[in-house]
Amino acid sequence: MSDVMPLVHAVNVHKSFYGVEVLKGIDIDVAAGEVICLLGPSGSGKTTFLRCINQLETIQGGRIWIDGELAGYEEKGGRLHRLNDKRIAAQRREIGMVFQRFNLFPHKTALANIMEAPVHVAGTGKAEAEKRGRELLERVGLGERCDAYPAQLSGGQQQRVAIARALAMDPKLMLFDEPTSALDPELVGEVLAVMRELAAAGMTMIVVTHEMGFAREVADRVVFMDGGVVVEQGPPEDVINNPQHERTQAFLSRIKEETEEHAAALKERVAAEEL
Amino acid sequence: MSSAAAPEDTGPTPPSGAQAERPGTIDAVPVRHPWRWVTIAVILALIFLLVRLLLTNDAFNWSFVWQAMVQSPVLNGLMLGTLLGTVGAMVIGITFGIALAVMRLSDNPVLSGVAWIYTWFFRAIPRLVLLTIMGALGVLFPDGLNLIPFGNDLAHLFGADHLGFATIDANRVFVGVLGGIIGLGLSEAAYMAEIARAGILSVDPGQREAACALGMSNGKAMRRIVLPQAMRVIVPPTGNETIAMTKDTSLLIAIPVTTELFFQLSSIGSRTYQTFPVLVAAVLWYLVVCSVLMVVQSRLEAYFGRGFGTSAPDEGFRTRMLSMIGGSK
Repeated sequence: MSDVMPLVHAVNVHKSFYGVEVLKGIDIDVAAGEVICLLGPSGSGKTTFLRCINQLETIQGGRIWIDGELAGYEEKGGRLHRLNDKRIAAQRREIGMVFQRFNLFPHKTALANIMEAPVHVAGTGKAEAEKRGRELLERVGLGERCDAYPAQLSGGQQQRVAIARALAMDPKLMLFDEPTSALDPELVGEVLAVMRELAAAGMTMIVVTHEMGFAREVADRVVFMDGGVVVEQGPPEDVINNPQHERTQAFLSRIKEETEEHAAALKERVAAEEL
Repeated sequence: MSSAAAPEDTGPTPPSGAQAERPGTIDAVPVRHPWRWVTIAVILALIFLLVRLLLTNDAFNWSFVWQAMVQSPVLNGLMLGTLLGTVGAMVIGITFGIALAVMRLSDNPVLSGVAWIYTWFFRAIPRLVLLTIMGALGVLFPDGLNLIPFGNDLAHLFGADHLGFATIDANRVFVGVLGGIIGLGLSEAAYMAEIARAGILSVDPGQREAACALGMSNGKAMRRIVLPQAMRVIVPPTGNETIAMTKDTSLLIAIPVTTELFFQLSSIGSRTYQTFPVLVAAVLWYLVVCSVLMVVQSRLEAYFGRGFGTSAPDEGFRTRMLSMIGGSK
């Protein structure tokens, strides 16, 4: 492979669950520093593909290279050998992941959540990890809430802690799996702001989202998936404003309606609260 | 969608007009509970009968009870058979039980099968029978137990019988308090395995995924993230098991082990013909031990429950009694 290989190089990725094919040959390249948004209706395979990148799911066909290294396997003597648990864990260290349901460790404070992996996976000293943890919490706007347990934080605050926790391992790549879908509408903005800042700082990001505004504004490229294949991809202004494919058009107009309904409902609610 | 009803739409119309005063602090007559006074009367009567029985019936022989409780063989039995037995058996039970639960949930069919068979076997055997078997186990190893498995077989194979690997007397392992701890501990592990398995399964799978996404191996994710959260579910039934185990140490006599609380007290009873007071003494000791264990359990629950729930602490018995009597707040 040449040394201009993209950070993520996925070729012909296939994945089935109990005989049902969810990914039917996905090819996606992501260059270092690029922000891409994966769009598509639910069941289109976008979340599954994201989980395949850091091997929370094992793929049955195709290959994924992360920074030139084949994910999950090693090629020796013309055959693929499955990597053991320890080496897969080492590959995952390079990739940060943010989940829809935050998945913070509820028995640890915000700061302890962030320090967990640096101390117990990377072997960083406690004092150094704590300093870094406080900086990261400051960066996501939660410098005051270091000692709060997740249950004492709002959804938006929890998701920001989760982002800081992923950043603590200095990943080359950040994966976001519908990071705002579980949030109340008025809390979405604070999470998107953190992500926007991260993108501006040059982080490579793959974001599964339904937030069209975010995709349009922040993504370098959007990829529209449906039925386990990539239907169309390109710069956001092309794909979102001027979709070529019929399925993309149908999805986007449905999303637009929903968003408008949502906005109207939100406006009504705010008006009712002000009353 | 637009069901955001205006407050004016519901309820009786509040008095309107310029003079209408807005309702202030509520000072209402509380609901009366006449039946509570009836229950209090009945219970007071029962307590009176009990206290009179305890104080006036000579069969209790309280001075003998206090004496029996602090006899040195009794204290010895309490420390060694009852307390050490409980602690030892629970340490083995909890350690093996968690290991069995992890095995049972592993992808490895051999490990999960072995864990299932273990649980099946030890849950089927009554503890009294198991301890009797422990005491008799020495008969299987008249030449002693090999400290190194297969050691002597290998020596025999290579014609070096004279080397003779170290052995220990089987009766020193299987008989006595140690045998009791092993027997009760193995039995307990079968129950703890189920408790621990339920605890592990109660943790959201997203927790393991988040740990793995941070680069933890499966084992580390289990130790650092999943098990500490599972403990919240594991601790309360484990407290139950520990209290039950304290009482099951009275079965140690089946081995037979005599340095045990209940056996020592009942033998004092049969020697002195004071059979009833020694039973009272045993009850009092078991009450003391279980009360201490309950305190330990609630401390552990508070520790492993951190980060979960933000409920306020209980009102407390005293406040509730006072409010019942209608006392001032």
